[in-house]
Amino acid sequence: MAGNRSETAQGLTLITPPLLYSVLVLAAPLFTILAYSFLKDGYLTVIREFTLENYVQVWGDPIFRRIMLRSLGVAAMVTLVTVVLAFPVAYFLSFVVAPERKALWLFLITIPFWTSYLIRVFLWKVILGYNGVINSGLLSIGIIDEPLTFILYNVNSMVITLAHAYAPFAILPIFVALEKIDRPLLEAGRDLGENRLMTFWRVTLPLAMPGVVAASLIVFIPTIGDYVTPELIGGGKIPMVANMIQVQMLALDNRPLGAAMAVTAMLVVAVLSLAFVLVNRRFLKVQR
Amino acid sequence: MKGRGLRIYSILYLLFIYAPILLLPVFAFNSGTVIAFPLKGFTTEWFAQMAGNATLRRAIANSLTIAVSASVLATCLGIFAARAVTRFRFPGKGAISGLIILPIVLPEIIVAMSLLVVLLSIGIRLSLLTVILGHTLICMPYATLILTTAFNALDRSLEEAAYDLGETRLSAFRLVILPLVMPGIVSSLLMSFTISLDEFIIAFFLAGNEVTLPTYIFSQLRFPAQIPMIMALGTVLVLFSILMLTLAEYYRRRGVARTGARESGGLL
Amino acid sequence: MTNTNTSDRKPMIECRGVHKHYGDYHALRGIDLTIRAGEFFSLLGPSGCGKTTLLRTIAGFEDISDGVVMIDGQDMVHVPANRRPTNMVFQSYAIFPHLSVAQNVGFGLRRDPRPARDKAAAVEDALAMVGLAGYGNRAAHALSGGQRQRVALARALILKPKVLLLDEPLSALDRKMREQMQVELIKLQRQVGITFVLVTHDQEEALVMSDRIAVMFEGEIAQLDGPEALYSRPASRRVADFLGVMNFLPARVTQDRAEGVLVETPGFGVVEIPNRNVSRANPDDAGPMVGFRPEAVSLLRAGQPESGNITHGTIDEVVYYGDMTYYDVRMDGAAGFDGIAPPVRISMRNVFGRELPDVGTRVRVSWSPGGLILFR
Repeated sequence: MAGNRSETAQGLTLITPPLLYSVLVLAAPLFTILAYSFLKDGYLTVIREFTLENYVQVWGDPIFRRIMLRSLGVAAMVTLVTVVLAFPVAYFLSFVVAPERKALWLFLITIPFWTSYLIRVFLWKVILGYNGVINSGLLSIGIIDEPLTFILYNVNSMVITLAHAYAPFAILPIFVALEKIDRPLLEAGRDLGENRLMTFWRVTLPLAMPGVVAASLIVFIPTIGDYVTPELIGGGKIPMVANMIQVQMLALDNRPLGAAMAVTAMLVVAVLSLAFVLVNRRFLKVQR
Repeated sequence: MKGRGLRIYSILYLLFIYAPILLLPVFAFNSGTVIAFPLKGFTTEWFAQMAGNATLRRAIANSLTIAVSASVLATCLGIFAARAVTRFRFPGKGAISGLIILPIVLPEIIVAMSLLVVLLSIGIRLSLLTVILGHTLICMPYATLILTTAFNALDRSLEEAAYDLGETRLSAFRLVILPLVMPGIVSSLLMSFTISLDEFIIAFFLAGNEVTLPTYIFSQLRFPAQIPMIMALGTVLVLFSILMLTLAEYYRRRGVARTGARESGGLL
Repeated sequence: MTNTNTSDRKPMIECRGVHKHYGDYHALRGIDLTIRAGEFFSLLGPSGCGKTTLLRTIAGFEDISDGVVMIDGQDMVHVPANRRPTNMVFQSYAIFPHLSVAQNVGFGLRRDPRPARDKAAAVEDALAMVGLAGYGNRAAHALSGGQRQRVALARALILKPKVLLLDEPLSALDRKMREQMQVELIKLQRQVGITFVLVTHDQEEALVMSDRIAVMFEGEIAQLDGPEALYSRPASRRVADFLGVMNFLPARVTQDRAEGVLVETPGFGVVEIPNRNVSRANPDDAGPMVGFRPEAVSLLRAGQPESGNITHGTIDEVVYYGDMTYYDVRMDGAAGFDGIAPPVRISMRNVFGRELPDVGTRVRVSWSPGGLILFR
């Protein structure tokens, strides 16, 4: 529209409030953490002196390494379980459900994600616990004689809980990718002599890969930093990296070390995510 | 019938997703004090206990204050962002949108910790205000996404037509754009409200001595005697959230129908 | 064709040296144009030629980088779109989906000081004018494409603009509806007497509706003329190619004379082409060319008496269109100077019940020098 100000200026003016907010409340604190990680810790205070000591300590710490590896393991497991379980649902939504019913299904799937996160996590403890729903249920029917313990207060129960919590996040990106596939492409696949399974393998799956990659990342990254599940399900005995950072920052009040852990964790996640994207880049290029 | 196996699987999956939520009312009305099967008997005692709890009332008041403030702030900021992104071209658009959307994927513990460190180091006292600050940040991406969809559904020439017919830029926005994106705005408010109401990590670290619903629930989960009441509380909260989300979805769809655009999918 | 002679009217829109840049992209490259009051004027060209940009420049939606735009003698450069005496019919119609038909049509009357009753009457009049009397209370989003188009017209015309701008207004309609709306638009324009500026990529639409047409390529006006002149005497090969079908044959200029140019063309031999049919705006690679429209020559049936010049040939392809037929004919001796010349396309009206000649039939092609155009 003709005006004295250019498009660019108007756009920049409009974006300024949200941008400023993000910079002040998100970017600046993140940079502060980064800066802290290179500073020295004095008791209850931070000494303004550059050092790499914190990183040396973090990377040399076997406990940190173990916890980091555990977090990665749990997150990878959760991602795998979530994506594999979610794919058929996304496929069902995209290819089987009638168009006018799709919104309803999506709505039903997303609802639990937005409600009472804490209580949902806690309820898995109830479901999986020693006297939990599964054990007490199975005991009362007589299928087992004593409570199952492999689902209790351990990494398995954390994986189940987190996989449940992030389920909708995995379905949506895959669904969106499947929706984008031109239906005639699949008909072409079959027309060219492939059966349903081979068409899925050679046409549908490669085209859905961008969604799978997005789903993996959108589950993997937040699960690594989950704080609640280890607290509630793991009973605080099997901490993940988020819990360790929190303890370091607050309980032990060693902010530079905590900051170095946070930065390290984010770096590891970023590198792994990037590697994951690179490994799948031939699929991502297909998009349009 | 096509996809019967898939349908059965999907229904089972839905059941898995809803399992904990479905258990909530079961235990909320169970007279046994331990959360386990077999059930004892029917009671509404836990709901009564909930109603008489002063700390809980305070937590509810705090949470509502935070959720209303954060949803209004996030939606206002989201309107600016969505309008800028859908209507104008400017340098760094991708990077800026990325930064605004970032909290969706960033672990909340990172957001909470870094914000906490900064607040403490510049000497701001933790209060409801600091929680609002954090919640606005994490609601903003969702608000922006919902509103971007709403603004995107608008034909740009509608605005030009209003301008062409003698309105000013501002009155064209008021008379044409605003009514058409209003369902999106309502949807964004409700969504942000629900997210804020349920948010735990940021509230846990940034609320100082104040209590919010999730932090109250978290503190009570350690005491087995309190669990049945928490189940009752959870039941109420889930019903309330479902109501909010249903309204949000209703408004989002109405917005889509009104602009005559094609249905594009769910809340995200 | 409206065919009203508007050449004596005062200028309504004047563009002088109008340039528009988007970054490095040069969308308008010095447009000089005068559109007269009451004229039905078309901007015609392929997509990306700048016709829509020019229209939006006149409307005030785009700032110009350089030059002058005047409407009714007033400099418009610093007048924003909402204060220009122009109204626009958008390609998408831009009907406000949250308002009723009447509210849409009356949208621009909000600042009008007249009492509400008068405004309602004006809305009803405008609706009647476009054939939608009684539709006022309908919801806008429930209208059909043709009805939306009419609402958009009524909404723009109710403000009695000096100029009505139409951005590809018929492109979203199906063929039948489009042809019907073309006629209605012509009648409407004659009725209200307002200057209409139409943007279209459809050459037939431009020829049917306009008093004058500006053909645009790459941000420049290639030719500005009435429909008949544009079609029969295109100023360049590119214009000729864009408007309808034109056959091109290589030519060799042998002599410039007072009344015409003597050229040698395979198939036609040596011909004198009258000066009015010589187009010199062809700074070209392929050398001089002789062009002719498919209907400028004709095929003679067996036994039909010969008149004028005759060339013999063989039918290469027959393309049947119902009311007429295209014959691709290889003319004898048309192998050209460098060997290959494509068959020429000749159109003939079909006579009901008469059999069409087959592929391979030997035919006589009757032509006259007046039907040929020289591009040099």
